[in-house]
Amino acid sequence: MNKRDIHDILETVGMIKDQNLDIRTVTMGISLLDCIRGDSKSTCAAVYEKITTKAGRLSGVCEGIGAEYGIPIINKRISVTPAAMLCATADPFELALTLDRAAKTTGVDFLGGFSALVQKGFSGGDLTLIEAIPQALSDTKLVCSSINVATTRAGINMDAVALMGEIIKKTAEATKDRDCIGCAKLVVFANAVEDNPFMAGAFHGTGEPECAINVGVSGPGVVAAALREAGDCDLAQAANIIKKTAFKITRMGQLVAELAANRLGVEFGIVDLSLAPTPAVGDSVAEILEIIGLESTGCCGTTAALALLNDAVKKGGIMASSHVGGLSGAFIPVSEDAGMIAAARRGSLRIEKLEAMTAVCSVGLDMIAVPGDTSAAVISALIADEASIGVVNSKTTAVRVIPAIGKKVGDEVSFGGLLGSAPVMEINTWSPEKMIKRGGRIPAVLQALRN
Amino acid sequence: MKAVITVLGKDTVGILAKISAKCAENRINVTDVNQTILDDIFAMLMLVDMAEATIKLADFAAALKAEGERMGLVVYVISQEVFDTMHHV
Repeated sequence: MNKRDIHDILETVGMIKDQNLDIRTVTMGISLLDCIRGDSKSTCAAVYEKITTKAGRLSGVCEGIGAEYGIPIINKRISVTPAAMLCATADPFELALTLDRAAKTTGVDFLGGFSALVQKGFSGGDLTLIEAIPQALSDTKLVCSSINVATTRAGINMDAVALMGEIIKKTAEATKDRDCIGCAKLVVFANAVEDNPFMAGAFHGTGEPECAINVGVSGPGVVAAALREAGDCDLAQAANIIKKTAFKITRMGQLVAELAANRLGVEFGIVDLSLAPTPAVGDSVAEILEIIGLESTGCCGTTAALALLNDAVKKGGIMASSHVGGLSGAFIPVSEDAGMIAAARRGSLRIEKLEAMTAVCSVGLDMIAVPGDTSAAVISALIADEASIGVVNSKTTAVRVIPAIGKKVGDEVSFGGLLGSAPVMEINTWSPEKMIKRGGRIPAVLQALRN
Repeated sequence: MKAVITVLGKDTVGILAKISAKCAENRINVTDVNQTILDDIFAMLMLVDMAEATIKLADFAAALKAEGERMGLVVYVISQEVFDTMHHV
């Protein structure tokens, strides 16, 4: 054992022991296209059978790898074909209950894919699925839902945007006895990706193979520790430290992804180069921004620091994995990040700044609680703004917002576990209703003459 | 399969003996040992070969963790593949 080996070993052990380094999720993507039958009951039976067969060993294999290699794997998840594709014959509510049951049987933490892609319009089962979301998310525990309302090539479906404002409010109402947790399981996307392993937005796209393993890594605590150790270096050096750290984190993700795919006899899909925070102390993206030199996240400079961080994470990670995909970037979910929560509480982090931040990182306005009396039109307009950022910049953006029924600015909502807790944030209440009521589609944006 | 045992904590008499005994008990060959002080914490690293081991790495890791806790130490057993993958291109 030379000095270098000793250093490497102690560094890795320190990352696991003190800096919350872990594999955030091993997500199995499963195609359900061959489960479509002529009636709802048979379709649901085929769906249950397929998921429990394909993912039957997922949890066990992940736990085995975790114990055998000494790497903590926090979540085991499943993503499936957007369920709306099955809803021409299947009843969406019955399907949601089936997905929940299948997820419970396989022992996974979440199942994503109660989804519809409606960027250009509604087809077959899209509308019936969307209408079923509030009750489905209220009556299931593990099912997550996502709706894609815009793409750079199709533009923004404003009818869908208007509808999703209403659906988010109804979902909050349906789960108001549980701090509106239904909304924490519902994402509205622009430019959604087909191989995302993270919840609540994971679904298994139609361009994906029959079954694939996608892995999401984590490690804000590791990046924070490396930057803290580096002291007062300049920003180029800081970017370099982040790159090196991201490389190491991602290599671990690649190792686990290959092992899991091998042992399950399933294709390895991608590693998602993400910096995913948790509410645990020392596992915060906001903390990294503050170590870079911000007094409190949300102040001027936050977008620049986040852009540096996001880019360096990708540059470091890209060489560490044979296939990179998913959302890849730093996440900024408010309720899931102790530093973001603190910044929002002290008033330095506001929704407007969060919106700007989403232009330079992954993914969007995420896990933000707003007052319960926020109108559906305001929520729709918030979605439209966020979708515009995604569409114009050819990136994925999303909105996962929680209208906290019965609560006002300064109150708190608490979901427990990785979903964390969030202070209710102030939102601009001037009305965008007339624009939202216009409906129609915002045309696809020009791909040249970019400014 | 090769693995690295990392023991962290306060240096006391018998750490090496106890961990080595556990290795021998399970037919695990110790190929290298190193001790160092890291931020005032004692750190012992043992490189072991588990080719003839009579126990799975996961079970051995759990057993050593429990043994370590009795002595007020933190013990990790991690496959060498993890370090090789993370630190070597």
